[in-house]
Amino acid sequence: MANKNGKESLQAKFEKNIFAMYLAMAFAVSLAGIVEIVPLFTNPDTVKDEVVMPDGSTKSLLWQRAEGQKLADWKPGDGVRPNTALELAGRDIYQREGCYLCHSQMIRPFRDENERYGHFSLAVESKYDHPFQWGSKRTGPDLARVGGKYSDEWHILHMRHPQALVPESVMPKYRFLDNTMVDGESIQAHMEGLRKVGVPYTDGDIAEAAGLVKGKTEMNAMVAYLQSLGNMIKFEDGVVYRE
Amino acid sequence: MSLVQRYDLKVVKYFIVMASIYLVIGTTIGVYIASELAWPFLNDLGTDLPYFQFGRLRPLHTNIVIFAFGGSALMASAFYIVQRTNQTKMWSNKMAWFTFWSWNLVILLAIITLPLGLTQSKEYAELEWPIDILLTLSWASYMYNFIMTIHIRDRNKVPHVYVANWFFMGMMVMVTYLHVINNLSIPVDWFKSYSIYSGVQDAMIQWWWGHNAVGFFLTAGFLGMMYYFVPKQAERPIYSYRLSVIHFWALMFGYVWLGAHHLQYTALPDWAGSLGVTISLAMIIPSWGGAINGILTLSGAWDRLREDYILRFLIMSLAFYAMATFEGPVMAAKTVNALSHYTDWTIGHVHSGALGWNIMVASGALYHMVEKIFNVRLSQKLLGIHFWVHTIGTVVYIVAMWVSGIMQGLMWRAYDEYGTLAYTFAESVSAMHPYYAMRAAGGTLVVLGAITMLINIIITIRKSVREQASAQAATA
Repeated sequence: MANKNGKESLQAKFEKNIFAMYLAMAFAVSLAGIVEIVPLFTNPDTVKDEVVMPDGSTKSLLWQRAEGQKLADWKPGDGVRPNTALELAGRDIYQREGCYLCHSQMIRPFRDENERYGHFSLAVESKYDHPFQWGSKRTGPDLARVGGKYSDEWHILHMRHPQALVPESVMPKYRFLDNTMVDGESIQAHMEGLRKVGVPYTDGDIAEAAGLVKGKTEMNAMVAYLQSLGNMIKFEDGVVYRE
Repeated sequence: MSLVQRYDLKVVKYFIVMASIYLVIGTTIGVYIASELAWPFLNDLGTDLPYFQFGRLRPLHTNIVIFAFGGSALMASAFYIVQRTNQTKMWSNKMAWFTFWSWNLVILLAIITLPLGLTQSKEYAELEWPIDILLTLSWASYMYNFIMTIHIRDRNKVPHVYVANWFFMGMMVMVTYLHVINNLSIPVDWFKSYSIYSGVQDAMIQWWWGHNAVGFFLTAGFLGMMYYFVPKQAERPIYSYRLSVIHFWALMFGYVWLGAHHLQYTALPDWAGSLGVTISLAMIIPSWGGAINGILTLSGAWDRLREDYILRFLIMSLAFYAMATFEGPVMAAKTVNALSHYTDWTIGHVHSGALGWNIMVASGALYHMVEKIFNVRLSQKLLGIHFWVHTIGTVVYIVAMWVSGIMQGLMWRAYDEYGTLAYTFAESVSAMHPYYAMRAAGGTLVVLGAITMLINIIITIRKSVREQASAQAATA
């Protein structure tokens, strides 16, 4: 195919040379990633981990862990921290059972969502989530701030037989979580793996993990994970958490 | 010389049969999990066993329909089209068989590991790392063989590479890229790994993958089928060469941006979401460019729709494609997305593409190839049944999800006269029940259609084999 001026068009050249076309395609499909995704890794504002308090001081949203402190020394509202060993075991089960297919963990800044589920979610709250669990569908309610909303006993009864507590529920029954114990060794391996991808577990955290999950069932782990969701940051009035 | 002697078509036959088997399996699992949402006791199949619960089977459903059915249909048609349009055998028939066996091994491993709960928990990328590596090898062999087959063509006979091949190649390039980057992870044992990305970056990369699995695997590749089988079945040249060039490059450049529209109003920075939406709105141009190019290929041959069921499948698929690619930009628009996100409308949208576009165009392609390769006519009666059952099932499915999805979104944000939330979440769940039942009914029709196709293809192949045997006996 020739242009009006008699020269062969670029498209015609591609159609004759398949390798040139291959490179042109690879270039065309790369542009979006370079513009849209790469800056998310390079721009520090993407995961904002500091806020300005009403008195003008800055406060970190991450838990400022002192030397020698254990994960158990953290108190709700102290800031974002890695999951404890038991919570991590629960999170692994959350992934395994495909909970993310029906429950989101991402509250949007709308009035109804804030009233139904709580304060809108911040990027920093899932900083240690490998992979993210934001979900894409709400067959069940959002769980981003379910921690502390119900008692442990409520969660156990609900997991065993959701319809006994919420008759309209379409959630499966998870009685089988009572029958399996959490394996300490594999949790340690999982924490090692997460440390490699950037979760700040200390040697001490990993060493004590097996002891902390000893004698715990998968049900205990699941409940511990659910109770950890959404109460890491204490939200205060007059502070801008997201522009 | 017959087609079978001139080209390497045995591997194509195998992929055709596997595609029609996987369609039955994948849609059946779909109906089962749809029914679990309508009648939750179905989760308890085998009391205290987790293997049949929604959370375990839903990834299996998506993997089987997308990668097993969609993948097999794509591989059958790519191997068929690349040989015919370049007038050469495969560069390597052996490698094509490697692609066949490794791809099916991936599917087999998916069928075993997903119900066991071995998952990365990234949607449509659930398979754990050893299977991901196998899938990468299989895909690379598919791509390399395809490109080399184009490369070894006789340039005097075929100077220009035909448009269908560009679309397949675009898909191959992008899917390699997406699959590898999205699945980068650190293994902690044989079947457990953690993504190297976290939180907001992981979300963006996951939906960059998620939307482009749709944009490339389920769109560019299937457009490749469209560009070959529509003109062939209609016996007309494609409507506009120029339109195909424009919409091809617009699609290559544009689709990649769209993932961000899945993350609007989330913790993803606004600029990224807005960029995704802007390009999403513009995508109507390349999408409709393709649909129009396909449909107008029938100009002057519209009467053939009356007789030719295969052509009906192909043209109906383009109508659904045009509809779904109009709906997509609408749902990406911020105000609509605020309502539609998290609801079953999204599921409806996906299925108007998957059932209306993908299954229909692939069915047309599979039927066309069976008739050509085996040199026989399919049962026209069964074709007709499949067409109508499938079309009605699709419409029932998507209407149920439109109505219920919008209802769901409106219930969640409704306020009563006292300024408090009008409905509890549980009330929205029970309001979904009739629609979930209706969706399962629509899906059941789709399964029946898929079974019809499998029967038709098997019967036709057996008939052809018998006829050939008796012809051989007669000449001997």
